[in-house]
Amino acid sequence: MTAPLVVPGSADPATTPATLRAIPHRGGPLNPSAERIKTRFPDAFVRAEVIWGETNVYLRPDAVRDVVQYLHDDDAERYDYLSDVTAVEYRDLELPLQVVWHLRSLPYRRFLRIKAELPKGTPLKVPSVMPIYSGADWLERECYDMFGIVFEGHSDLRRILMWEQYAEGYPLRKDFPLRGRFSRSEQLRQALAAQPESRYSMTELTIADAFEDLPLEMRQRLAGGEKTGE
Amino acid sequence: MGLTARPDRQLVTVAPQSQEGWVTTRLDMLVNWGRANSLWPMPFGTACCAIEFMATAASKYDLARFGMERMSFSPRQADVLICAGRVPFKLAPVIRRIWQQMLQPKWCISMGACASSGGMFDNYAVVQGIDTIIPVDVYVPGCPPRPEGLIYGIMMLQEKVKRERMSDAQLRDEMEPDPTSKLYIPPEAIDELSEPFGNSVHQTRSGL
Repeated sequence: MTAPLVVPGSADPATTPATLRAIPHRGGPLNPSAERIKTRFPDAFVRAEVIWGETNVYLRPDAVRDVVQYLHDDDAERYDYLSDVTAVEYRDLELPLQVVWHLRSLPYRRFLRIKAELPKGTPLKVPSVMPIYSGADWLERECYDMFGIVFEGHSDLRRILMWEQYAEGYPLRKDFPLRGRFSRSEQLRQALAAQPESRYSMTELTIADAFEDLPLEMRQRLAGGEKTGE
Repeated sequence: MGLTARPDRQLVTVAPQSQEGWVTTRLDMLVNWGRANSLWPMPFGTACCAIEFMATAASKYDLARFGMERMSFSPRQADVLICAGRVPFKLAPVIRRIWQQMLQPKWCISMGACASSGGMFDNYAVVQGIDTIIPVDVYVPGCPPRPEGLIYGIMMLQEKVKRERMSDAQLRDEMEPDPTSKLYIPPEAIDELSEPFGNSVHQTRSGL
């Protein structure tokens, strides 16, 4: 028998929740963090539910940043790992668009899903958690690229999967046609018009060792503070 | 793209009324023999077809038998561009630039359904056939094609190479894209070819 692995500084394994068996669809033990969010941020808290043993906490969009900051910093929470930032749009157009954060507390072995609902017709804006988790950088850019959700406070919010001049909209929105808005020939023409070099990060190129080796025209564009590359 | 009869194995045919001399035609045969048996591929693998391509190059199927054991990862030293896998629109200018960087003589094999026609990815992000970006010599069907399929395509390309004639003045002419649209195929033809299900522009995934 080997002793259970205890990471220095982590909580006692005896007091952390064991792996759940026969998880019900709804109901079950609520993540204790949800109750603490409710008492500490009564204005931000909307509701909490347990789905398949995982706790969803619904928050007001503008308060997400403060709550996540608390979850990250507080010694009783210590959510030190942001596994995902994404969004959901439901087929029912009446339902609000949801932004989802997946947080994991490695010391306490807890998982918490935070959701913010953005009703249709309102500007799609949520605060960025990039100042708290650097890893949120590309996740939020992808979410912006695919859904058009603006993460306020993100230092470099631009498209990441589609090219920066992509003009057809946000592909994962339900009102986006599967084949795009433009005709095939127009899509191809626009794609071919983009310079492959324009995909590079302008900030990284400006500070790169090979800056002097870049074509003159590109150097001039970079010196002019151009961000989009075209 | 219908099924075509396999080219016969006669390498160089000389019509009796041809004005070409015996030396020229024999030289053709020698050069073509050398070229056909030392095609250096530029692998452009973007998806699962690349796995089959790797299997083709590995020991069991042994692409080296065809003089292709040397993968040329520089387009400047490559003879045949093998596009294995789907090409998203974001890669379209990249593969076109690679093609333009390759030196003549050069050929292109479009491997698999996605590279040839977009395959099952009839969506906003994927090019519907790389022949809209670069000229293609051989299409290999399959999803993905087995190594035997790719080898058959390569052998068809070898037949094509062996039939080239230096007396053909247009042999090495590069196809120039249309100056306004920058496309090899007229825009109307692309739109018509890529819309098998009616007006795709208004098709949505939710049926709204």
